[in-house]
Amino acid sequence: MNEAEGDDVLAIAQGWRSEGREVALATVVETWGSAPRPVGSHLVIDGEGNFMGSVSGGCVEGAVIAEAIDVIGTGQPKTLSFGVADETAWEVGLSCGGRISVYVEPVS
Amino acid sequence: MRLELLQRLNEARAAREAAIVLTDLASGGQDLLLERQVEAHIEREALETLLRNGRSGSVELGGTALFAGVYLPPVKLVCIGAVHISQALAPMARLVGLDVTIVDPREAFATTERFQGVDLRAEWPDVALPEIGLDRWSAFCALTHDPKIDDPGLHAALRAGCFYIGALGSRKTHGRRVERLTEAGFAADEIARIHAPIGLPIGAQSPSEIALSILSEITAVRRLKPQPR
Repeated sequence: MNEAEGDDVLAIAQGWRSEGREVALATVVETWGSAPRPVGSHLVIDGEGNFMGSVSGGCVEGAVIAEAIDVIGTGQPKTLSFGVADETAWEVGLSCGGRISVYVEPVS
Repeated sequence: MRLELLQRLNEARAAREAAIVLTDLASGGQDLLLERQVEAHIEREALETLLRNGRSGSVELGGTALFAGVYLPPVKLVCIGAVHISQALAPMARLVGLDVTIVDPREAFATTERFQGVDLRAEWPDVALPEIGLDRWSAFCALTHDPKIDDPGLHAALRAGCFYIGALGSRKTHGRRVERLTEAGFAADEIARIHAPIGLPIGAQSPSEIALSILSEITAVRRLKPQPR
């Protein structure tokens, strides 16, 4: 598969949902600067916080997973933005210096 | 994303059909367009550009700002020749995300011992290639040095419009190949699509270095130029 550096995230999303798990799909919808993963990259998350795929080099996955569990709860999609690491938001900063927007939606 | 839409998207991907998912990020509204639906679509031109570039991103369609997720089929790499270069090329290509198949009718070459875990067909190209199904999402390499085996493969690759076609051999060897292809009825501009000598000029010597140069050339053709239509 062409998502090769790993797994077929969309097939996993379908598989998890079909098993009856609560599932959210996160997609990189915009990048600026040296973002680590291209637009269109996916991360799939289930209600337990299990995840596959990536939307960054690991810098913001934790924050996206937390938001995804919220999205699963509300059923409402949301768009998240992450920027350069700074003192106030370093936990969700991109150490590479890029900025990304991530769309998180429930698979329902 | 609705599960039903996700299922149709995954079906299209499994069938090697390009697809676009249009999402209104403000409302969450979503639509799936398959490649074959694009031609009749009112926004045909914009959608065709998305498919050609193969890149997801923001688009404005009918005055609405949308996010377009573009899903192109995974690229196949088909090599004629279960040779030393192929032994290095197969695992390297897989790491880069290509679906690799090796074809060689010579059973002494096409052994599972030499190609563990690789889709290996000990058949003539005329038998194996129709089954594998070359298409414009395929890269093709002729690596046997033997015209009896390479040429039928090259014919099939040219006819299928593979986005990359490479053939091993010196300029002199390729000169004779061009003559044979011309005799077989291929036009000069078709024959000019063949990359020969194969691979980027990086001074490759060992089989694995040659594999690296081939893989680099495939990557360059795939990523630097618009995706083939």
